[in-house]
Amino acid sequence: MSEQTMTLDARLGLDKYNIDEQNSHIAIDQSCCQVCEGKPCLTVCPAEVYRLVEEETVARYENCIECGTCQIACDDLGEGGIDWQPPEGGFGIRYRYG
Amino acid sequence: MDKFDVAIVGAGPAGSTAAYLLAKAGLQVVVIERGKSAGDKNVSGGLIFSRIFNEVYPEFWEDAPVERAIRGHGLIFLGDGSSTTMDFRDDEALSPPYNAFSVLRSRLDPWMAQQAEDAGAMVIRGYTVDELLLEDGRVIGVRAGEDELPADVVVVAEGTRSQLLKKAGLRKEFDVKDVSLGIKEVIHLPEETINERFQCNSGEGMAYTTVGSTAGIGGGGFLYTNQDTLSVGVVVKISSMYESGLQPHEVLDVFKSHPTIARLIQGGDVVEYAAQTVHRGELHLIPQLYGSGYVVVGSAARLILNNVLTLRGMDLAVSSAASASQAILQAHEQGDYSAASLAAYQDHFQKSAVYQDMKTFKDTYSLLENPRLFEAYPNLVNDVLGDLFSVKTEPGKKVFPTLRKNMKGNVSMLEMVRDFYQIGRGLVL
Repeated sequence: MSEQTMTLDARLGLDKYNIDEQNSHIAIDQSCCQVCEGKPCLTVCPAEVYRLVEEETVARYENCIECGTCQIACDDLGEGGIDWQPPEGGFGIRYRYG
Repeated sequence: MDKFDVAIVGAGPAGSTAAYLLAKAGLQVVVIERGKSAGDKNVSGGLIFSRIFNEVYPEFWEDAPVERAIRGHGLIFLGDGSSTTMDFRDDEALSPPYNAFSVLRSRLDPWMAQQAEDAGAMVIRGYTVDELLLEDGRVIGVRAGEDELPADVVVVAEGTRSQLLKKAGLRKEFDVKDVSLGIKEVIHLPEETINERFQCNSGEGMAYTTVGSTAGIGGGGFLYTNQDTLSVGVVVKISSMYESGLQPHEVLDVFKSHPTIARLIQGGDVVEYAAQTVHRGELHLIPQLYGSGYVVVGSAARLILNNVLTLRGMDLAVSSAASASQAILQAHEQGDYSAASLAAYQDHFQKSAVYQDMKTFKDTYSLLENPRLFEAYPNLVNDVLGDLFSVKTEPGKKVFPTLRKNMKGNVSMLEMVRDFYQIGRGLVL
């Protein structure tokens, strides 16, 4: 009965972005991440922006759909290592439906 | 002229409404929107409630890009493979002033920004406001990149993240327990298929909210009909989702794969995946709404109303912007933009129907803390009805023994009495 589920990447592939190739709008303070046990960013982000690569938290900022979840979760459940600022004007997600 | 009367951050429903009303009254208004087009960054379920919009935009339905007039609302209890639906339909909601419309923000928001522009406001798109300019505790304008825009009053309509208020120290930190995440897909289906599936004519639609099938995570689901798409999603508590270990799209998949939902979206093509944080909407979470030289409107002020049956945001945005505009006009006439003068915004807003609604449903929020509501009860409703409807070879039982049988191991009588009292306080009396 259930439809075939789509992978997250396939879903993100449907979305339209105007990517800022020069600047990331997400800054990560690794010293916070290193002591962060729960690492909520790895699971709560709906675009799986955050990944652990060789024990460092990296942000694939180009996938960000700008929902705001990571900042709230990191500040409150994590160690506050994420500094999320809105992308420069005109850059980032461009919802075609919303 | 270097100084604007009013600088507005964000061209969503709140910002554009304030811009429209203030420009119409003759003030010099500038709106700064970070999207290349208004609506680029915005996500809603989304329904707008007509009578509130109609007060600001008379007969907007003649002109605004609405999807379908909502003919009926449904509440679905999703059990384990089963479902029970309360399906309310009223054709009176199909003639002016209507009750609600489904909308897509990438269409609605540009229209609202255009109304503001037509009224004389300047809308600057593709610029991110970096901070509020403060001087002796007074907001005196905004800064976007290297540009400073001084204004007599700043309308903070930056939406749910409210970064500017945070940066300026004008709001408290958010508690993760007070914020949910909405995860949504827009699914394309031919218009005729939607008409048949939801028993509607073109231009008329249905709005369903659901309880259950969110993997036991506090929250609920929604399914709204647009012209040739469906808006399908869940709104779940971030903290509970984190505890569950599930990723947001996995929670959405649990919902979408419930047989009742799966049948409604069957054969559709997902055309967009979106997410947005949603505040809890409790009165005590509303930040200071005004101060010297600024007001806060819409989602930036955490104005959301969730009473299980409806989740409202855009009409609260419009209504708060209307109240704020009224106060700003008075402040402009008196040349006094002090906190004491702008306090009139709060007075106006507290008299509005939307604020009264927030007050009326204030006890609903404790329901969101009750895990039994999202798993045990939707299952119970369905299991009891399942037993009552099915004829077996052994003799059946009346309602109460059937209820007791299905409660066993899931919910105690005492819990149920307490929960019904809680539901009663929140929604009934």
